[in-house]
Amino acid sequence: MKIFVCIKQVPDSTKVDIDPETMTLKRGGIDSKINPFDLYAIETAVKLKEAHQAHICAISMGPQQAEAAIRESYTLGVDEGILLSDRNFAGADVLATAYALSQGILSLGLPDIVICGRQTTDGDTGQVGPEIAEFLNIPHLAYVRHIVESDDKGMVVEMDMPETVEVVRVNYPCLITVEKGIFQPRLPSFKLKMATKERPIRRLTLADLPDSEPERYGLKGSPTQVIKVFPPKISSERETWQDSSEVLSEKIFAKLNELKFL
Amino acid sequence: MSNIKILPFTGQNIDELLALCPFNAIEKAGDSVEINAGCRMCRICIKRRPDVFVLAEPPRKVTVNKQDWQGIAVYIEHLNAVIHPVSFELIGKARELAGKTGQPVFCLLIGDSVKNLASQLLEYGVDKVFVYDQPELGHFKIEPYTAVFEDFINLVKPSGVLVGGTSIGRSLAPRVAARFRTGLTADCTILDINSNTDIDQIRPAYGGNIMAHIHTPHHRPQFATVRYKIFNAPEKTQSTGLVEHCQIDPSRLYSAIELLEVRRKEKVRSIEDAEAIIVAGKGIKKEADLQMVYELAEKLDAMTAGTRPLIEQGWFDPRLQIGLSGRTVKPKLIITCGVSGSVQFAAGMQGADNIIAINNDPRAAIFDVAHYAVIGDLYQVVPALLEKIRRGGSLI
Ligand SMILES: Cc1cc2nc3c(=O)[nH]c(=O)nc-3n(C[C@H](O)[C@H](O)[C@H](O)COP(=O)(O)OP(=O)(O)OC[C@H]3O[C@@H](n4cnc5c(N)ncnc54)[C@H](O)[C@@H]3O)c2cc1C
Ligand SMILES: Nc1ncnc2c1ncn2[C@@H]1O[C@H](COP(=O)(O)O)[C@@H](O)[C@H]1O
Repeated sequence: MKIFVCIKQVPDSTKVDIDPETMTLKRGGIDSKINPFDLYAIETAVKLKEAHQAHICAISMGPQQAEAAIRESYTLGVDEGILLSDRNFAGADVLATAYALSQGILSLGLPDIVICGRQTTDGDTGQVGPEIAEFLNIPHLAYVRHIVESDDKGMVVEMDMPETVEVVRVNYPCLITVEKGIFQPRLPSFKLKMATKERPIRRLTLADLPDSEPERYGLKGSPTQVIKVFPPKISSERETWQDSSEVLSEKIFAKLNELKFL
Repeated sequence: MSNIKILPFTGQNIDELLALCPFNAIEKAGDSVEINAGCRMCRICIKRRPDVFVLAEPPRKVTVNKQDWQGIAVYIEHLNAVIHPVSFELIGKARELAGKTGQPVFCLLIGDSVKNLASQLLEYGVDKVFVYDQPELGHFKIEPYTAVFEDFINLVKPSGVLVGGTSIGRSLAPRVAARFRTGLTADCTILDINSNTDIDQIRPAYGGNIMAHIHTPHHRPQFATVRYKIFNAPEKTQSTGLVEHCQIDPSRLYSAIELLEVRRKEKVRSIEDAEAIIVAGKGIKKEADLQMVYELAEKLDAMTAGTRPLIEQGWFDPRLQIGLSGRTVKPKLIITCGVSGSVQFAAGMQGADNIIAINNDPRAAIFDVAHYAVIGDLYQVVPALLEKIRRGGSLI
């Protein structure tokens, strides 16, 4: 069985501080880590590998330094890593990201299962997974919260929907996006870290992809364009209360009375 | 490829240039720098160092004839013969956008025995409802629903498509958008339209207090998802619209997915339906301190909710997260305690009727959306308030 896991390197903080007036960064040198949601995707792959002797390949699109994310995935049980990195991939929106990842996957042959995280903490769209599935022309299941059983032809999974849990069987090849909590991600193994120290990370550039038409990638291949960024609108009718805690609580109390919440 | 150009420079501190980019997309390349695949075109480098970074001419040529794509289409989501309220909210927005450009509003209704829902939609001033009513479509499955959506788009050629940011919408919309190789903007909080039918899609972005204004200038249809409760439901109007019954060949409805069971989850009271909500933010230092938030909520008959960091700490159930990656709420009253008011948080609550924000930092962004900006220490203000409520109660 062959499994691909899509992992992304994201800034190691929930917030990139940008001063809306000067458009400058408030903090430099941000550390990076594996998108936390993708740790669940890796764990799911490793659990499947333990059950079926699968081969797991992690794939990421990003700058050269995203190698660190792939290296880390080796310490969690991933067998092989691919980094899609090329100037032509820069400025990619959801469509161009998903297309590049699908091409990267395809260049190694269609696997049985592709696993994505629920969403990234920086892009936060949760849309890359379904678009990869479309480009690979395979079915996808989103919000997978539990794998009931799996064999070499397919698997039975539970999907977490707002009011229901849906239990479905899907045949391979397929793509799943997994929920936090599907499995508890393991900690990096020191043994694996030592054992995989020399393991290469394959870098794929545009020229290595089946479709190496630059128009399909990065900014050129992105139908959506950010035309500007701006600070959010400020509420105009606002009362500001700055006083002793005693007076402040009195004012809130009066307001709650006025609004008939007390 | 990023279309940021690097001008020749000398005697610069390269590390300073590298530090400009929030995505680490500026890389050292010999004596100069280059933009790598991390670039999101946020243009911060251009703003800050126009002497080094400049915008090259966009490498664009128009590929689509916008005249061929007319109308705003809304995907109608429904469960057990009830239309999801987000669909009505989207119809309201679609009418507004279509009205500005003189385009029609369409609905796409997919399912089994759903014909009677179509007349409900017409009451909201929709021009045409396209109904695909077939036994194979009784339950949402990704391949058949995508096939129907594709059929609809080829038939109708809508300029814009609005889909609710629900579990189903967030699975279906990207799939269809990818099939047409067109753009999708997820979780828009503001939508407007230009006279050339380009939709202004605005959403919080980049993790900071920043809104991004996004266009899909050369592709049709333009896809956007919007969460429940971001827009208002429209008023009913006189219905003059039509229903068109469509059919798709069942051979195109194959799915590799087999539905085995649907289990109902126990229903929890959701914060989307609460009249009043007390929100705890990171200004609350210890889990034990949440006690005062709970007490205040109890006194006001309110629900409690949290910001993302508190959810991540496990202090609240994820269903109690307010914000872009949580729930959107529009209650009569919100009191935030120690919440900074990041744009992702505010996107989920700025529609509330009365926002009282307690924060000890006078520059906190939450005050930009608050109606009552309470500058003070929550550890003093909240207990004093509780004391007054306790006493007030006994005095009356
Ligand atoms: C893609 C993305 C999506 C996100 N989605 C969400 C989301 O859906 N929901 C969400 O909440 N966040 C979301 N976030 C995170 C968001 O950017 C903020 O990090 C988060 O909302 C901050 O939470 P906070 O206000 O509780 O904490 P902080 O930003 O740390 O603010 C704490 C505040 O408490 C105040 N304070 C401290 N002590 C006191 C005191 N004694 N009395 C009064 N005030 C005090 C401080 O002045 C400060 O303003 C998202 C981030 C990203 C990148
Ligand atoms: N650049 C990337 N490289 C690899 N995987 C990615 C990338 N971007 C997104 N993904 C995958 O797609 C999922 C959803 O991402 P998003 O749509 O950005 O929220 C993530 O959890 C990853 O599994």
